[in-house]
Amino acid sequence: MTGAQMVVEALKREGVEVIFGYPGGAIIDIYDALYKSPEVHHVLVRHEQGAAHAADGFARSTGRVGVALATSGPGATNTVTGIATAYMDSIPIVVLTGQVPTKLIGNDAFQEVDITGITRPITKHNFLVKRVEDLPRIIKEAFYIARTGRPGPVLVDIPKDIQQAKGDFNYPDEIHLRSYNPTYEPHFKQIEKAYQLLEKAERPVFLIGGGVISSGASEEVRAIAERLNLPVTMTLMGLGGFPGEHDQSLGMLGMHGTYFANMAVANCDVLLAVGARFDDRVTGKVDAFAPNAKIIHIDIDPTSIQKNVKVDVPIVGDCKRSLERLLEVIKEVGKPKKYWKERYKEWWEQIDIWRKRYPLTYKEDPNYIKPQFVLEKLYELTKGEAIICTEVGQNQMWTAQYYKFKYPRTLISSGGLGTMGFGFPASIGAQMGNPGKLVIDIAGDGSIQMNIQELATAMDQRLPIKIIILNNGFLGMVRQWQELFYERRYSAVKFATIPDFVKIAEAYGAVGLRITKPQEVEPTLKKIISMDKLVILDVIISPEEGVFPMVPAGKATTEMILV
Amino acid sequence: MAERKCTLSVLVENTPGALARIAGLFSGRGFNIDSLCVAETLDPTLSHLTLVTHGDDFIIEQIIKQLRRLIDVYKVVDVTEEGDFVEREMALIKVRAEKEYRDEIYRICEIFRLKIVDVSPRTYVIEVTGDKNKLNAVIDLLRPIGIKEIVRTGLIAMKREKKTP
Repeated sequence: MTGAQMVVEALKREGVEVIFGYPGGAIIDIYDALYKSPEVHHVLVRHEQGAAHAADGFARSTGRVGVALATSGPGATNTVTGIATAYMDSIPIVVLTGQVPTKLIGNDAFQEVDITGITRPITKHNFLVKRVEDLPRIIKEAFYIARTGRPGPVLVDIPKDIQQAKGDFNYPDEIHLRSYNPTYEPHFKQIEKAYQLLEKAERPVFLIGGGVISSGASEEVRAIAERLNLPVTMTLMGLGGFPGEHDQSLGMLGMHGTYFANMAVANCDVLLAVGARFDDRVTGKVDAFAPNAKIIHIDIDPTSIQKNVKVDVPIVGDCKRSLERLLEVIKEVGKPKKYWKERYKEWWEQIDIWRKRYPLTYKEDPNYIKPQFVLEKLYELTKGEAIICTEVGQNQMWTAQYYKFKYPRTLISSGGLGTMGFGFPASIGAQMGNPGKLVIDIAGDGSIQMNIQELATAMDQRLPIKIIILNNGFLGMVRQWQELFYERRYSAVKFATIPDFVKIAEAYGAVGLRITKPQEVEPTLKKIISMDKLVILDVIISPEEGVFPMVPAGKATTEMILV
Repeated sequence: MAERKCTLSVLVENTPGALARIAGLFSGRGFNIDSLCVAETLDPTLSHLTLVTHGDDFIIEQIIKQLRRLIDVYKVVDVTEEGDFVEREMALIKVRAEKEYRDEIYRICEIFRLKIVDVSPRTYVIEVTGDKNKLNAVIDLLRPIGIKEIVRTGLIAMKREKKTP
């Protein structure tokens, strides 16, 4: 068997049915092996960044490892943004790149680049394969490392001569990496300590992050929250980990979080944080973040604990496993639901006052479509059953605020890196992984232009993705910052040329629609949802709409600009 | 928080790229490496690395955790925290050795038990082994005579065993 055939065989053994890639000279042997293996469906993208994002969207929406394939040199470097995006959000993807033949490595050969060197800081781990007999084991390890512990991207760089070399295919049944042993089981003493803190709490808040989603812990989150009557707030990555429409949900916290979530966190006395890493967009000014709270922090990655905030009860372990254990303790102590209802009654009264004082809201305007309204309607019409991908910027924050995510893995969004151009290729991956589901990409007119070439990919695969462009003719989020903090010096936030997105859709053979009036929103959304085709809906929104509430960067989360 | 010096003893898989990963972790996260020594261990699949760095407790905790997070890193021990340890560094010092200085150099070598490992008509190369203080003391004494070149290895360290059974 050749190395290239080994790669394809290993993919099959890992249960990989779809991969996203773009061929080239240094990966051509693997493409040849794929040609003879129709079981692995290859999606030809139009740019390798699209392949990495699509693999990422596949992984986020299905919980399985996404796979991208690229050639050496420029092919490999084009995946870098996608890899960094997956790294920041702990998404399991495996990226396979071709490399120049072993003998030419280091000689500045044609299309050579040191991709393992380039991606070292943005991968969980990476490999350069030097012997064909190592190839099956390395691919097995790559998948294993990507999906276990704190998940993340792994890159395998495979020289052309290794792809061509022959060897025996020995696929290991199990992986033993002596230097890599993630801690899944939490320390039980710590779990008990956590419970004791909760028992003493007067004003607790339950904060959930992306770790809840990647470990599949949302059932446990819900069980604990309902039993103990805890208010629940979510990071962007945690949205969907607890139902957004639940009456105990406070929505998202942080820079564009709700007033009541930020007030609750600022005033809580115990913060139970699970699978969240206290990003600066969440904490604002760290000294003023939950200043009077004892913090319990559950995370599988010990590095996340104590990195940004001081923690009183650190718990290293799998989020699901840790919450299961906590639930056991709660049940064992056996205080009934009624007890906890009574116990936190005052706290909830306070939260309700905050909720009533500044609910999430916007001003309606008969002349303009409000983006918030579009998302509210979209939630209503899809009943929260759709997979929503977003680009980055205002479109992303409005989505996080106004679409109340019901289920885990229904929000696909670049949280940590904030990658413009992520949403659409990610929606391709999400749709490939969820064929019958409604997949919608919420975009801005800026972001969509960053990977618009992938329209061809989506058309190739006949994917009925709905792209909703919230078009304000601005790079809206930067404009908003310039408006608020740079005395309206609108530097480089208005494109002189904005393409006709309806015509672009048509040029690719998709459906293009445009709406400009509020009364068109509902009927048009209904229409596109029912269409079994790729649709671009260009929604012309009020150009100066902002995302509020907003916490200025570096300020305390209680110092919100409200509307 | 007060800064402290920290000597880490790190066992790492003897694979290409492992050292680059460690060095990259330091540069990428803005930590500083004061000294670094690497060599194979008794087990040729593992390398031992002595790394000297500094920072407050928070930074050092981060450094240790981040190191442990690397897939190739087998074990990290903060030898400065774990109590008693021995540390050694070696230096080769090329010193001017014209006739009038030779006696003086000889005396210094004898006091500090140093070895002269190369002799030329105008220079000696002296081997110094010891802790940092000894090395610095030798260098200070030889400096007025005229040091032409110094190469230092950086620190290696090992925990002392408990003296009571």
